[in-house]
Order: sequence, then structure tokens, then C-alpha cells
Amino acid sequence: MSVASSNERPWWFEPLSIVVVLSGFSIYAIWAALQGQGAYHNYLSPFFSPKLASPFSWFSPAFLILWVPLGFRATCYYYRKAYYRSFFWDPPACARPELRGEKYSGETKFPFIINNLHRYFFLLATIVLAFLWYDAILAFFFKDGSGNAHFGAALGSLIFLINVVLLSLYSFSCHSLRHIIGGKMDCFTCSLAGGARHKTWGWVSILNERHPLWAWLSLFSVLSVDIYIRLLQAGLIQDVRFF
Amino acid sequence: MAEIALKIFRGDASGGAEKEYRVEATPGMVVLDAVLRVQATQASDLAVRWNCKAAHCGSCSAEVNGKPRLMCKTRTDEFQGKEIHVGPMRAFKLIKDLVTDVSFNYKTARMIPAFTPPAGEKAPFTMYEKDVERLYEYHKCIECFLCQNVCHVIRDHKAPFFGPRQLVRIASLEMHPKDTLDRAQFLKDTALIGYCNITKCCTEVCPEHIHITDNAIIPLKERVVDEFYDPVQWIWRKIMGRNSNGG
Repeated sequence: MSVASSNERPWWFEPLSIVVVLSGFSIYAIWAALQGQGAYHNYLSPFFSPKLASPFSWFSPAFLILWVPLGFRATCYYYRKAYYRSFFWDPPACARPELRGEKYSGETKFPFIINNLHRYFFLLATIVLAFLWYDAILAFFFKDGSGNAHFGAALGSLIFLINVVLLSLYSFSCHSLRHIIGGKMDCFTCSLAGGARHKTWGWVSILNERHPLWAWLSLFSVLSVDIYIRLLQAGLIQDVRFF
Repeated sequence: MAEIALKIFRGDASGGAEKEYRVEATPGMVVLDAVLRVQATQASDLAVRWNCKAAHCGSCSAEVNGKPRLMCKTRTDEFQGKEIHVGPMRAFKLIKDLVTDVSFNYKTARMIPAFTPPAGEKAPFTMYEKDVERLYEYHKCIECFLCQNVCHVIRDHKAPFFGPRQLVRIASLEMHPKDTLDRAQFLKDTALIGYCNITKCCTEVCPEHIHITDNAIIPLKERVVDEFYDPVQWIWRKIMGRNSNGG
């Protein structure tokens, strides 16, 4: 929210909205993970991808995976802004008084110093993303009565595709990637492959300008995919097959 | 002609309060125009710092209805039907009325290790556009210190953090293709970059629209991570040695 637009909305609107949305998503994600499964024919919920076997019957395999995207988002430079403002009121909005006074240490001490490991969560999240692309491709292959898979498209396939594209835009607009790919260099023309790195850095920078947008859209798309699968499982809706 | 109700803070370090003034509204009037009208016609002892009246000098920073802004860039018709509250920047020590002591910013600026070209090389340097293009944004800074004022680390926590303005300055040096110094240790231990929690208020108030957080602070934070928090890079440096180009 810009300072100019803050004249139109009360200062508490943004922090409250973020608390509601992120808390709602977290509660839903825990509930979905506790269901223990999230598959419907050729569709696999992103909460359960990659498909792993749980070591215990009472332990949902989703928990073996969810810490990766959770860590990626929790250490993300955009989400840091969102939760510092909304959950910690540090500050709740620009030029507003805050809750904590003397004992502020920013990101220099535990637990927030862990945010410095964002680049590692990015790398792990990229591995998970590769599996989600695989799942999105599988969402376009439907088995017939004899068990043979045929290429086709349904509403679910499109939802999977949109989800994985949004997750890719979110991942590849990451500030840490922008740094690794070229931001860390002082002189592009002095380095081997400097021209290619400058070009790639430019592309990531363009994506990076919309990083908050990709962050929110991809959060909602993950939610949408899981809800769609659960509605199909419950028989409340039918998958609309295009061809 | 319509009137504007202005509530201007009057006082000094020992205390003060808002005082109401009314001035005639004119087309295209900005808050600084109104304040100067008050000074010229009703309160000749009103202290206000200003210079270019064109959003280039960064002198007339203040808080207008609680938001840090340049008075010369804030039109009064934006607040039609509302009172306009004008106060000094809250992060700095008050001198009088709308004038604050911003010397903290110059003290910290002097502590930043200066531009250091390779030994034997002198300006003018031959540099390529793609190596210097990102520096232009940092050089747009007019030192209005609105970013310093809105930064909650300075404003509320009173921490010895250098603030967004100085981090923009360090970024312009650190990313210069002809600079040879590594300021990561300085950023971590002296400028206290870890105190910044990326809440982006500095970017929101910048009248020059510099992407302070995304293009200066976060890239510097990542350089500090390279140096102090990334175990793989640490091992890599031990084996391969230090690369002065960051690559």
C-alpha cells in the first residue's frame, strides 16, 4: 500500500487483510495435510507432491514436503515485509507507532537471522517445483477403461497448468535468484559469460518487480488446486473435459 | 475564494503544539505555498526549511497529515474538505517548528568507506553502460531524508542503524565497476544492515521513486549473506580464493 493510497483506506486495512489471508491459508494447509492424501485420478495435490511414503501410518506425507515451500515463503523478502507489518506490527504501517520498543534486533538474532538462508530454501523449492511441473503434465493425460493414458484437457488440467506457471513466476522472480544470477557482480563486462548473466539478470529483474503479485497469486492457485481435487473426491463437482 | 485550514506545529525541543492558520486557496497550490503564505502574512517567526520549491533540493521534508512528504510536492487540493496538519520529521531532533536537526545523516555518511579505484587508475574511467546503468537510480537521491524519517528502526527504536539513505549510498559505491573495496563487514557491523526488516516504507515515501528496498537494501543484504551466512560460499572462497567481482 502506498502512502498516497493510505489516504483512501485506514492504516489497519492492509495488516488485518494479511493476517486473515495468511492465517486462513495456514489453517487450510494444516487441515489438508492432515487428510493424509490428496490425489484424484491423474491429479495430485501440490500439498502432497512429490509423492512420498510416510514412515508412520499416523503421519501425513504432506509434512515431509510442506516445510520446503513454507520455508521458502517464510524467508521470502516480500513475505517478510508482509508478516513483520501484519503479525509483529513492526511497524503496522508506515509512520505508525509500533508495539515493540527497546528490544528490537531486526534480523540480527534468532529466529529472524534464519531469513538469511532464503537462497537455500529457493533451491529446495525449485526441486519441488520440478515435481509440480511433472504433475501438471500428468494432469493432461487421462487413462481410458483399459488403463492406457491419452492426451486430453479438462478444467483441472488448466488449473494445474496455471498453478505451476504462477509458482514458477513466483520462484524465478526471487530476490536471491536475482542476486545469484548477476546482482552480486560489480562488472558484467569483466567476467566470463558476463553478457549472458547481465541479460538473465535483466529478465529476473523484470519478473522481480511483480514479486508480491506472483507471491499472492501463486498462494491462491495452490489453494485452488487442492480445493478442486477435494471437491472432485467428494463428488460435489465433475471435472469438465474439453477433449 | 476558498480557504484552507492549516494546523502547523509550533514549538521547539522543549515542547509545542499545533496552531491553526487559514489561508486563501489558489489553483495548483502546494502545502509549501500555504506554509510560506502563513509565514509571510501571519507568523513571521515560523521556522521552515526550503529552497528550490521544485522537488529537487530535498529541503522541505515534513509530515503532512502524518505522512512523510515533500511540502513542495504535496498539493493542497488533495485534502479537499479536510484540515491539513503539517509537522516536523519525527525521527530527528526538533530545532524549531518545522525545522529538524538532520546532522545524523551527514555524520553517518562521513563514516562510509569512500570510493576506491584500483591502484594507479584515475578518473576518467572507461566503463560500459551495462556495468553502470543500475547506479543511475541511486544517484537520483536528493537527500530529503524522508526515507530516514519513516524508517521505524531510526524513528521508533532509535537504533544506531545507518538507514535507507546511507544504504543507497553504499550500494552506489559497492556496485561501482571501478570500486575495489568490500564493504560487507562494514554493512554488517557498523551500518547494521541486519536491523532492516524490509518493510519497504522507505520505498513508499521516496519522492524520486527509487526502489530503495528492492534495488539497494536487498542486494546489499544478499552480499552480506554471501560473506557471513552462506556456508557453501565460505568453503568455495577457502578453496578458490576471493573473487573481487562477486562472480
